[in-house]
Amino acid sequence: MAEADGKAQKDAGRGGGRLCCICQARKPALKRPKTLQQICRECFYAVFEAEIHEVIVENRLFKPGERIAIGASGGKDSTVLAYVLSELNQRHNYGLDLFLLSVDEGITGYRDDSLETVKRNEMQYGLPLKIVSYKDLYGWTMDEIVKMIGMKNNCTFCGVFRRQALDRGAAMLKVDKLATGHNADDIAETVLLNILRGDIARLSRCTSITTGEDGPIPRCKPFKYTYEKEIVIYPLTPISFYYYFSTECIYSPNAYRGFAREFIKDLERIRPRAILDIIRSGENFRISTSTRMPEQGTCERCGYISSQKWCKACVLLEGLNKGLPKLGIGRTRGPNAEPKQDQMPNGSRSMASKQCGTLDF
Amino acid sequence: MHLTLEFGGGLELLCDAVKIHDVHVEPPVGSEKMTMRDLLLWVQKNLIKERPEMFIKGDTVRPGVLVLVNDCDWELSGQLDTTLEEKDVVVFISTLHGG
Ligand SMILES: [Zn+2]
Ligand SMILES: [Zn+2]
Repeated sequence: MAEADGKAQKDAGRGGGRLCCICQARKPALKRPKTLQQICRECFYAVFEAEIHEVIVENRLFKPGERIAIGASGGKDSTVLAYVLSELNQRHNYGLDLFLLSVDEGITGYRDDSLETVKRNEMQYGLPLKIVSYKDLYGWTMDEIVKMIGMKNNCTFCGVFRRQALDRGAAMLKVDKLATGHNADDIAETVLLNILRGDIARLSRCTSITTGEDGPIPRCKPFKYTYEKEIVIYPLTPISFYYYFSTECIYSPNAYRGFAREFIKDLERIRPRAILDIIRSGENFRISTSTRMPEQGTCERCGYISSQKWCKACVLLEGLNKGLPKLGIGRTRGPNAEPKQDQMPNGSRSMASKQCGTLDF
Repeated sequence: MHLTLEFGGGLELLCDAVKIHDVHVEPPVGSEKMTMRDLLLWVQKNLIKERPEMFIKGDTVRPGVLVLVNDCDWELSGQLDTTLEEKDVVVFISTLHGG
């Protein structure tokens, strides 16, 4: 006891003896990147959860009685999201039915481990879990795809397939909406990448907190304004869910995105607000009337939403099944050779290829 | 000086996939105290077995690596200038992968 007191005193001295600027009572444990406030652990949990509640209410992300799937990868963002949403749902009577939805890409040694984490979440939070696999949906695992196409464009396949797999899983669960764990750092990074690619259509879309409202399953991002640093610190507590999965996808050589990420982290170190500022600039971009948006229709083959005759997944699958895996990568040939509508100037190149291991937009 | 070092968020993979290391570290010759600056040099030399660039950038941790000293954000204790004491627990977590 005496020893513990001595330790606490020493630590207080090391922290400059200052007190938490919210409760003015306890020793601060972290500096919030968003506000630069020094706050204690207890106040941190309170403001972290309160801010997410505020974002949910202000943006009307959910309606009472809705069924909501949480895109669960086993990583830190979706693990914390599942925990926080189920807490807030009870605390504030949102009246939501929550589900966990995971995609099994079929990557040996990577996804099987992270799916174990999701299964643990299912037990801990009592949320029903649905797993959809590439093998069942498309007849191919990522391991098999990589064996066929090599390491070069595999993130393209994975990104296109995952997006569709989540929509199909959500349809099977009959949910009204899909919530994903994208955080403020992810969104800032995507804004930057879309500027670098000159992808105006995605630039204006990627900061929206809810997307796809015209499609089958709208998606929302309750962590849009939540810093990654706080998501990582949040579970480091006596709470029992320190457990999340954190290894890079073994097929993820997406160096370009990696550089953008590092640039964001460099900026954050100099000026933590930079992350919110980048999101703000993304929000403030408006599409000029001369940029034509692709018209949405449905894929003639599988019925999935598509601006062309066949959806991207069907084009890629056709290539795989015919042994022509380059089909659908780079300039489009094959089934979509005659575009149904005017294509975006960069239509076939502009697919999202969010680093594997995280969910794409 | 006895310290407990913990690596997470994938950083453990850089040190033989071991998350928790109980170590003995001595302050540099001619100095009475041990700072985080000294500890980072020691970790780089003694624990990091591969891809040091995932851990260090310049003279400090790579941006995106969180450091906690006794459960407290090191940004509050002076970062590299934080003085370490007997039985301190230092946690390094990468925030960079795994969504
Ligand atoms: Zn406080
Ligand atoms: Zn299709």
